[in-house]
Amino acid sequence: MLALELKNISKSFGLFKANDSINLSIYSGEVHAILGENGAGKSTLMKIIFGLYQPDEGGEIFLHGKKISMTSARTAIKNGIGMVHQHFMLVRPFSILQNIILGVEPRTWYGSINYKKAKEEILKISQTYHFNIQPDAITDTLSVGSQQRVEILKTLYRNANILIFDEPTAVLTPQEIVDFYRIVKNLKKEGKTIIIITHKLHEIKEIADRCSIIRKGQFIETVDVATASEEELASKMVGRNVELKVSKTKANVGKEIFKINNLKVKNSKNLLAINGLNLSLKKGEILGLAGIDGNGQSELVESLTGLRRVESGDILINQHIITNLSPKNIYDHKLAMIPEDRQRRGLIMDFKITENFVLQNISKKPFSHYGIIVEKELKKFADNLMERFDIRPRNSQLLARNLSGGNQQKIILAREIANNPDVLIAFQPTRGLDVGAIEYIHLELLKLRDLGKAILLISYELDEVINLSDRIEVLVEGKIRASLDNDMIQNNKSIKEHIGLFMAGGGEA
Amino acid sequence: MKKFILSFFCVIGGLLVGSIVLKLSGISPTEAYQVMWNGAFTKPSYIAYIIIRSTPLILTGLSVAFAFRTGLFNIGSEGQFIMGALSAALCGYFFNFNPWIQIPLILMLSVFIASLYGGLAGLLKARFGVHEVISTIMLNWIALYLSNTIVMLEGFHKPNTETSQFISQSSSIAILENWKTSEAGIAWLASHPMLSDFMRPSINVAIVLALLATFFIWLILNRTSFGFKLKAVGQSLEAARYAGINVNKKMTYSMMIAGGLSGLAGATHVMGVSKNIAILAAHEGYGFDGIAVSLIGANSPFGVLISGFFLGTLKYSGQKIQSALEAPSEVISIMIGAIIFFIAIPSLFEPLYEKFFSVGRKRE
Repeated sequence: MLALELKNISKSFGLFKANDSINLSIYSGEVHAILGENGAGKSTLMKIIFGLYQPDEGGEIFLHGKKISMTSARTAIKNGIGMVHQHFMLVRPFSILQNIILGVEPRTWYGSINYKKAKEEILKISQTYHFNIQPDAITDTLSVGSQQRVEILKTLYRNANILIFDEPTAVLTPQEIVDFYRIVKNLKKEGKTIIIITHKLHEIKEIADRCSIIRKGQFIETVDVATASEEELASKMVGRNVELKVSKTKANVGKEIFKINNLKVKNSKNLLAINGLNLSLKKGEILGLAGIDGNGQSELVESLTGLRRVESGDILINQHIITNLSPKNIYDHKLAMIPEDRQRRGLIMDFKITENFVLQNISKKPFSHYGIIVEKELKKFADNLMERFDIRPRNSQLLARNLSGGNQQKIILAREIANNPDVLIAFQPTRGLDVGAIEYIHLELLKLRDLGKAILLISYELDEVINLSDRIEVLVEGKIRASLDNDMIQNNKSIKEHIGLFMAGGGEA
Repeated sequence: MKKFILSFFCVIGGLLVGSIVLKLSGISPTEAYQVMWNGAFTKPSYIAYIIIRSTPLILTGLSVAFAFRTGLFNIGSEGQFIMGALSAALCGYFFNFNPWIQIPLILMLSVFIASLYGGLAGLLKARFGVHEVISTIMLNWIALYLSNTIVMLEGFHKPNTETSQFISQSSSIAILENWKTSEAGIAWLASHPMLSDFMRPSINVAIVLALLATFFIWLILNRTSFGFKLKAVGQSLEAARYAGINVNKKMTYSMMIAGGLSGLAGATHVMGVSKNIAILAAHEGYGFDGIAVSLIGANSPFGVLISGFFLGTLKYSGQKIQSALEAPSEVISIMIGAIIFFIAIPSLFEPLYEKFFSVGRKRE
């Protein structure tokens, strides 16, 4: 029985075809993944299903066998379609209850909001799916995972039968991801149809029944997940063979270049987020720092780059103490960073690509002379790097905003590498990127390592840490919980579970 | 470019709203606009008056636009204007050097004091996180009452008036002021009627300074590494900080430059037009008009230049419909309000823009 059927759906923006005659069939009660690279047209397609975009002439949508025209999100909701956006649409100072009923508030006979009735209903739904939430908690105080549950509850409260998830695990911690999988399975058990937009392959293997692949706006095929390997899915998505796990040689390790001694850093709540951390980095190695989000990673990176004050302890690069120097000063000591949030911190989205390449160095020659910018040099520099790092589209006058996530990340990587750093801190360097871009970034990091640079890789993706690192340290509550050398990484078959245990605070350190 | 075209649509929309208001007050809009047009462009002296009227608006507009581009909302242009005017009036009365020293000295001092006053708001934001909108509004009132207090001080106050003493003759920046009334001047002007008419208002060098300021602000914003960093701070505080830019310093500098521009407007107004300052019951509105100028000019220096002249023209010619047609000159304020209103709703005119201009854009 088909829950949803799309026939010949196209959507153009100007001359650009985001969707090109896509056909899609989704069975009732299945978990259906939509797989595609960033910019392949997944989100556009989902927005068409949810009524946020209208398809071009000739496209048809059938809901439970009946043709329907989705003129607005309101129509979609009325017809039992719910959407959980990647960026949550919640009123943060409101309670969970208020957020859920917003727009469809039940009324008492004299017109006020019937909170009692709403609460009963929400608790009932919450119990059915084991959501375990307190309706009166303020949304602002919730973890990201709980906020997502509120979003799901919102759709269920509106009687959704078909739930669309846009990159649902992009913002979740590993533990929250496990909870999310459980919720999806419960939803399926209760007969809901689920569509998940994603580019994470193991996620598809974990929860999806079938998977439709979209590449460059075109429908490629729908496959049974059980019979397809991750490698197959990846090559279908990208259109060529990709290495999910980059192969690397043994590190050629040099002398120590970067050292952190007994570092203590406070977080914004004035508590010690980094509490006596020691690290040492040698030339030509990648040190992976594994750990669950919120164990001091952000504070550590900020303190290393001069954005946050160090309470006590030392940071040394090339035997120079750089503790509490200004960001500019630290940068000039050849410590570079790929920041976690490229759109907020790494780039200025409304600046041109040329300008983003020289954010740190605009005052230096040859980019400016006596304070006057030399536009020609900016362009030359940008064109050069765009060629070398294959940044597309090859037009340095575009705004950073106009590029895909992968290409934005390449700008940052290219800029930092061009500055010839001794130490590179790569914080979540592949967050939100598709496999093609991930492969590229990983290869570039390895190249950099083989040039004798030291790289500190901080990532919440345990796979990434294990794949790339020559050594791994596990960060728990602002301290190193365990250290693993290369032999242990290479020879231990259950390394992932091993580290996972440390990350959760257990295990024999 | 798109922003300018949208501004143009908004101006047309404002004029339409103006004609509706005129119609409602029983006056023919075509006739009123005819009077305004004639009152603005038919005599050289009108043009001169428009230039005088527009100059402070261009400068305060630049002040607001510059702050805007660097991520700050300078509501304090009004107060900085007053500080500039006050400083110029004080220096102009108490100093009396050779004009070649006197004028640059007063200009520099007034701009400097006003820029400190603007920079204070920047410093408060950088140091203590006080939002510049709040602090500049407060500073506007502080400037107003400080000025009123000083005007009334013994020795500076002109007895039996509500005003200060006039500035010395050597402080005047009006062009050929003495020559105009000299015998030779009268004789020469009599034989050149056009120029004579143009010179009748006290035309002064402020407009030259405003043009220079426009150019320099454009230069700073678009061609210097200093402006690059200021804009980076305005676009993304986080990214700027990460890129090693000293964000706090840059915010203060930015407000200092904005303050200096408004101060220049105030100083030149005293030195070229009013020659003294008076007790103010309320703000004169040069700074607040600067916000309008900046918005209509899409926060770009040359846009501000055009919109400054536009608003100056409207304000000058708007007075004329009052005498000629007994129309309420408040219509002008309503028009300006409507234009700003339209600019604040870009989606109103964007469909129009897409219709007429997007074909060309696609081909790009």
